Amino acid sequence: MRQLAVLGGAALLAAVLLLAVVALAGFDAPAALQALWRGAFGSRDAWLSGTLVRATPLALTGLAIVVAFRAGVLNIGAEGQFLAGAGVATAVALATASWGPVSLLAALLGGVVGGAAIAGIATVLRLSFGVLEVISTLMLNFVAQYVVAWVVRGPLQEPTHIYPQSASLEMASRLPILLPGTRLHLGVLVAVALALGLAWWLAQTAAGFRLRATGLNAAAAASAGGISVSRVTAGAFLASGALAGLAGAIEVTGVTYALYDNLSPGYGFTAIAVALLAGLAPGVVLLTALLFGALEAGATAMQRDAGVPSVLVAVVEAVLILVLVLVERGRRAGWFTSDTTGEDPS
Amino acid sequence: MSALDRATAPEAPRAVPLELRGISKRFGSAVALDDVSLAVRPGTVHALLGENGAGKTTLMRVAFGMVPPDAGEIRLDDRIVRFASARDAIAAGLGMVHQHFSLVPAMTVAENVVLGGRGRYSAPAAAAVVQRAAARAALAVDASARVADLDVGAQQRVEIVKALARDAALLILDEPTAVLAPTEAHELLQWMREFAARGGSVVLITHKLGDALEVADDITVLRRGRMIRSGPRSSFDHDSLVAALLGEGSPTARAVASGAPVGAPHADTAGAPVLTLDDAGWRDASGIVRLHPARCVVHAGEIVGVAAVEGSGQRELLRILSGRLAPTSGRAMLPDAVGFVPEDRHQDAMLLDGTLIETVALRGAGRARGRLPWRRIAEFTQSLMTRYDVRGRHASLPGRALSGGNQQKLVLARELEPAPAALVVENPTRGLDIRATAAVLDALRSARDHGLAVVMYSADLDEVLSVADRMFVLHAGHLRAVPLDRDAIGRAMLGAT
Repeated sequence: MRQLAVLGGAALLAAVLLLAVVALAGFDAPAALQALWRGAFGSRDAWLSGTLVRATPLALTGLAIVVAFRAGVLNIGAEGQFLAGAGVATAVALATASWGPVSLLAALLGGVVGGAAIAGIATVLRLSFGVLEVISTLMLNFVAQYVVAWVVRGPLQEPTHIYPQSASLEMASRLPILLPGTRLHLGVLVAVALALGLAWWLAQTAAGFRLRATGLNAAAAASAGGISVSRVTAGAFLASGALAGLAGAIEVTGVTYALYDNLSPGYGFTAIAVALLAGLAPGVVLLTALLFGALEAGATAMQRDAGVPSVLVAVVEAVLILVLVLVERGRRAGWFTSDTTGEDPS
Repeated sequence: MSALDRATAPEAPRAVPLELRGISKRFGSAVALDDVSLAVRPGTVHALLGENGAGKTTLMRVAFGMVPPDAGEIRLDDRIVRFASARDAIAAGLGMVHQHFSLVPAMTVAENVVLGGRGRYSAPAAAAVVQRAAARAALAVDASARVADLDVGAQQRVEIVKALARDAALLILDEPTAVLAPTEAHELLQWMREFAARGGSVVLITHKLGDALEVADDITVLRRGRMIRSGPRSSFDHDSLVAALLGEGSPTARAVASGAPVGAPHADTAGAPVLTLDDAGWRDASGIVRLHPARCVVHAGEIVGVAAVEGSGQRELLRILSGRLAPTSGRAMLPDAVGFVPEDRHQDAMLLDGTLIETVALRGAGRARGRLPWRRIAEFTQSLMTRYDVRGRHASLPGRALSGGNQQKLVLARELEPAPAALVVENPTRGLDIRATAAVLDALRSARDHGLAVVMYSADLDEVLSVADRMFVLHAGHLRAVPLDRDAIGRAMLGAT
């Protein structure tokens, strides 16, 4: 409930900030905001082909962050895992083009395996050599990015060898469109189902509790609960990578139908904001992903219709996160209440 | 200290009178302090006595500028002062050593002492500051040692030297003997007397009656945020102090306060062996032997006490006995699950940011399958809280909302229900007040009487002796059985044979 209030406040704050930033940059602020609104929610098409399509990869990568952060694993490599998943999915889809619908399933599975595999490198580094995952996953983002840049100019380049992109996927390897005439694909339902399933799993099951307990206090989880912390950590890390990889596979099979250099406009990084804004609650991730999806879809319209650079939206997103972190800190330190239950008044 | 040393030792800065008048403080709806007054005379030790949650620490945090009072005034040398922060209090000649030390483990003693100063850092200058303060206080510290390498007693001396290096003339010590072995505690109390004799003053926050009676010139008793009595040591005796502390206390709490054993003496009908160590030893990653191969058997229906000074290998021994640590040599034969109450409940036993229900659900979580029956666990948690007198409004509160004593009772309840075959407890009453201590010790005795094999270690030897049926002493990693004799145990702890 409180999370929803925070979220409403965040949406409002985003609008006010955007007005201020756009006005400060010397543009017509009301016009820009109007264009943004139209681009995000203004029409059926804006909803179905813009906002929801943008929100889907954000929701999936956001869930990836939730799984990792709730277990105390600071995976900031969702971007790299997204790209790895997209790359493997493309390769699988192209190699199995003649298999019909099975090709799609194989591609999605390939995405899951690709994302988990690159996260697995960081997992092994952490558990066997004590390398901080913040550093390894950040670095692996670059590895994934450059490997994709290479494969779309090398092994996976389209047959004419002119453009730095893969060949287009066969129809059978593509995700079905939900509503004819829009870009809304089946992936959005996958994201919703996974979010609800993850929320249930974390709250209700023994394995979900083990993951949360490990994130809350690994020493107590091991000593008092007999929980194998390294196993839980590895599992959460791989699952996180798998989710981000699936997001990449869904993007390729549902939206772009090919692998590009700049496939992701930073979904894996925005995902951290999406997850944190949701308070790491899987259900709420759907809403925050929608907010960020709307901002990004609207930003494109704002640039097109009002001539306002879409990067200003990135500024707003960043400020939003900072404000949110401050609010969270303040809440913990009791800035907003006189009741400091956290203190032992002995 | 020889007469010559005494003559050449520089004088400590002279303390001025500190007076708190009518201090009140509320946290939300909870009244922490209600119109409390207190006067500390220069050149004296003033004991501030009270149970956990009585407001002792809060009162001294007010005096030290860390907590702004809602009402009341602080007078220093008969002038009203207002401290905006601890920095102001330090500048006015106050120093405070907190229960949880504020030292940087990776830094040297000298670096820690000058931390927070201004200008350039120079190692020789910092070392000189430490030497001067240490000499003035007659405390032994090694300026170049890394804090992480020091034992608890030495770290505490560093904290005191840190305060004195900033010219503190009035020292506030918050439960300083809680972490010390008996001999060290005694030395510290002696030191307080000497410090006062040289013109300084000490406020000793404690819930140990004995410490207050041994060392204080004046005693002030707080109970539930109110000042109950204040006066010179001579106006108190043991019984009147207990009465002031506890008010209408339970007979158990009174009995514990007076040191009498509680409950029927245990018949020596120990049952079958439950925990067996067969030359179990442990060496750490750098090859240092923390526990030499140890042999011992703990039977059903007995409490085996373990006594040792800090860092003698008890940490490893207790974790091996409870199955939390695998021995690096020899064997430990243990039942499937052994209950364990570790010393640091925040670190090793509780989910402070999770609910109390989740802290209780932790037991056995490693083996659970499928869905957890949350509703049943919630009801179970509520019943544990009722039966073990855990005072918290409801089970879905976060762990950190409970006081230390209530956290400990909940952890103990979780480990005991349902009863395991064996229970290992480490400093189970650390930081607890008299009432909570009595409750914990009662629970251990009752577990023993129900046939559990219990192993108990406590830094407070008298406490171990009040419950133990047999005793082991650890010295420098060597475990051996000793008779139930206080002097023999004390000698064995120091390695004498």
